[in-house]
Amino acid sequence: MNKLLSSALASFGFARLIIVAFLIVLVIGAAVLGIPLGPLLSNALVRTGMNGIFVLAMLPTIISGIGPNFGLPLGILCGLVGGLLAIELDMRGFPAFFLAVTVGIPLSATVGAMYGWLLNKVKGSEMMVSTYVGFSFVSLMNIGWIIMPFASPEMVWPIGRGLRVTISLADRFASVLDKFWAFQIFGVVVPTGLLLAFLLMCGLMWLFVRSKAGMAMKAVGDSRQFALASGINVDKYRLLSAVLSTVLGAVGIVVFSQSFTFLQLYEAPMGMGFPAAAAILIGGATVRRANILNVILGVFLFQSLLVVSLPVINKVIMVGGVAEIARIIVSNGIILYALAQVSRGD
Amino acid sequence: MKHDNYVLEMKNIGKLYSGNRVLKDVTLRLRPGEIHAVLGENGAGKSTLMNILFGMPVIHATGGHEGEIFIDGQAVSIASPFESMKFGIGMVHQEFMLIPGFTITENIKINREITRPNIASRIFGPALKSLDMEAMNSDARKALDTIGLNIEEWTKIAGMPVGYMQFVEIAREIDKADMKIIVFDEPTAVLTESEADALLKAMKVIADSGIAILFITHRLDEVMTIADNITVLRDGELVRTLAKTETNAFHLAELMVGRKVEKIVQESSNVAKSEIALSIKGLKVHMPGENVRQVDLDIFAGEIIGIGGLGGQGKIGIANGIMGLYPAAGQVSIFGKPLALSDTKAAYEAGLAFVSEDRRGVGLLLDSSIEINIAFTAMQMRNSFLYRFGPFSHLAYGKIRKNALKKIADLDIRCTGPTQLTRRLSGGNQQKVCIARALALDPRILLVSEPTRGIDVGAKKIVLETLVKLNRELGMTIIMTSSELAELRSICQRIAIVCGGRVEGILSPDASDVDFGLMMAGDYHKFRGKEVI
Repeated sequence: MNKLLSSALASFGFARLIIVAFLIVLVIGAAVLGIPLGPLLSNALVRTGMNGIFVLAMLPTIISGIGPNFGLPLGILCGLVGGLLAIELDMRGFPAFFLAVTVGIPLSATVGAMYGWLLNKVKGSEMMVSTYVGFSFVSLMNIGWIIMPFASPEMVWPIGRGLRVTISLADRFASVLDKFWAFQIFGVVVPTGLLLAFLLMCGLMWLFVRSKAGMAMKAVGDSRQFALASGINVDKYRLLSAVLSTVLGAVGIVVFSQSFTFLQLYEAPMGMGFPAAAAILIGGATVRRANILNVILGVFLFQSLLVVSLPVINKVIMVGGVAEIARIIVSNGIILYALAQVSRGD
Repeated sequence: MKHDNYVLEMKNIGKLYSGNRVLKDVTLRLRPGEIHAVLGENGAGKSTLMNILFGMPVIHATGGHEGEIFIDGQAVSIASPFESMKFGIGMVHQEFMLIPGFTITENIKINREITRPNIASRIFGPALKSLDMEAMNSDARKALDTIGLNIEEWTKIAGMPVGYMQFVEIAREIDKADMKIIVFDEPTAVLTESEADALLKAMKVIADSGIAILFITHRLDEVMTIADNITVLRDGELVRTLAKTETNAFHLAELMVGRKVEKIVQESSNVAKSEIALSIKGLKVHMPGENVRQVDLDIFAGEIIGIGGLGGQGKIGIANGIMGLYPAAGQVSIFGKPLALSDTKAAYEAGLAFVSEDRRGVGLLLDSSIEINIAFTAMQMRNSFLYRFGPFSHLAYGKIRKNALKKIADLDIRCTGPTQLTRRLSGGNQQKVCIARALALDPRILLVSEPTRGIDVGAKKIVLETLVKLNRELGMTIIMTSSELAELRSICQRIAIVCGGRVEGILSPDASDVDFGLMMAGDYHKFRGKEVI
């Protein structure tokens, strides 16, 4: 019996257990402190949906052996260009949303292919390189945002040229998914459209993993030598995984922004890869193995943790910014823990 | 008999590795100035014996050894390589243990530097003493002169021909004071013929100075040239210790190889030598440690051909080269059609399938299920086990399961079910999964490398019987590469022996032990002087 229990614990993962325990403590704390739980859960659902696709973007690169895609800002920047174009063309609602996605996909696929080519050149240190490629691209686009020929007065600084730091989507495609088929139950608002979009992407990925190409990608990640001996072009599948991940980053930012109701330019995309990587690792993935369940579970646990911890910590310690600091400690701590596991495993 | 006649005496040495006996009751005696050859196939126990002599950690971590060791008549226990050095035992390694960026002198004197005190060393300790390069150079010069190497002692190792590196290693050993015994571990394996001759001469010089030499090798002609006494090991047991005068190369070859062959194939069937299934011309394969230099071989449709030979001679490289897993050059054609080399996909399309010698590294997806492992290559290369919708596809789990269940029954794969991870299977069952994966491709020609390495007797039998069955019932051409000569002789119709990256010759499984021994040692033509195919 004891053995059974310990093996069940081992398969669930010690780290995940701590996270879940921590979350439960926070929820109890919230209840005790009189923070209403309904809005907290609504908030957690929205944040799960808006971050879910970023977390899903970690999956292809993990299964192909590249590891968590810390270069996610590449895809995000492409998606932002799509969003900006939708505003520039004065579109609203779903058409604007879909245009942003349609522009973002080919753009991110191209960038992703170049990124994949680069990652094939630096096998073994992908995580480090991808992080800095992401950072560099963000800086490059900082120049881009200034010199791109956008003219819509909604986006451009009132004086001079260049795009603003945050651009409101209120009149454009803010909350198009969140409000789609949304309903309220027991005081919890369920953002149906948003969750459906996330689950749709998960479903597509689920199908992909079970295709010939998906199997090949998994084999490349599991054992490069095995894949080579089975006649598989290893570099091709690694490149494909980078493309998929970057495309998901582009789609992800459009979905994220419609919930957030702002497009954030300049430094904002810089840090978006880290929480996504932390979330999939909390979900039980390692930097070598991951599945769809890890994505869904991970993003929900991670975002719930942040949503609940914020008001609780703010109530307990009356110092501004503590919640934000706690968030950073948690998300970076988890990445550190997961990376420490890798070196032990290999 | 007096002990003090011997500089080294290893008495009744035995060794078990986790219940597996690798050495049994081996006795070895060495006089000062004697050159004593230790002869045996791979896995005969030569390295284990030397590991014991050097007190390698691997021996003590696995429970020590049986028997006693005497040095100059004193019973000793050698607990570490450092102690063995103190007893005056030196080693010339097969892989060079030299630092490329250092000069010859620095390599010879490393950790035994001649030093002078200076101010810093007086204050901070002896680690900061100055090097006396002059004294060190002259010592190195002396050692180099002894073995006849005419090269400046301040030359860097990097970029030096391998032959010279070997000599530097030797110089390092003889420079050590009180050196009593030097072990040469296959020193001529990487040398050219003239370098090898020079080396043998140097060994003689060293022996004449009173140092005893243990010469580990499988080259019979070298043994006959310089050894005084010869110990032959086989399967961890001492076969014989002989003086050179009472033996010859044929006799040694027979002693090295000889063992009972249990035939699985009873009738020696005649292969109709009509159609050539696989023709290999001038094949070169760059596979580190198993380089193939020049292989010409025709393989007939419907035969089981064995490729044998000692480790490191290139037999493994042949199949790996044909499958495109290592860079290869030359002409290979399959049923008359030329095959693109260095292209694994083309090899599969031509009807080949491959069971790798590296089961866990290359042969299996250890974290995937048995059924996925079996189906994988066929799915990728032949689009089997898939539902296809235009450019999209989805795995046909039903077909995958059905095929896996059939193979599990056919090959008697012992598992909890088709979804068990292959990592959890025993070696024998893992091997059966590898074979099942190759068979899912419906190959015309099956290449199997080391199919029985590290698996238990029961699984061995099933694997070998499966190969025979495939050959008989489906007419599959099988190319089996193995270090186990007895197994090749039990199922193959012809056996090609590879030595030095070339096919030394092709023998019938019924050929004599002497012939096999000579061929594996690469001395067949030297002694027989004629071609027998």
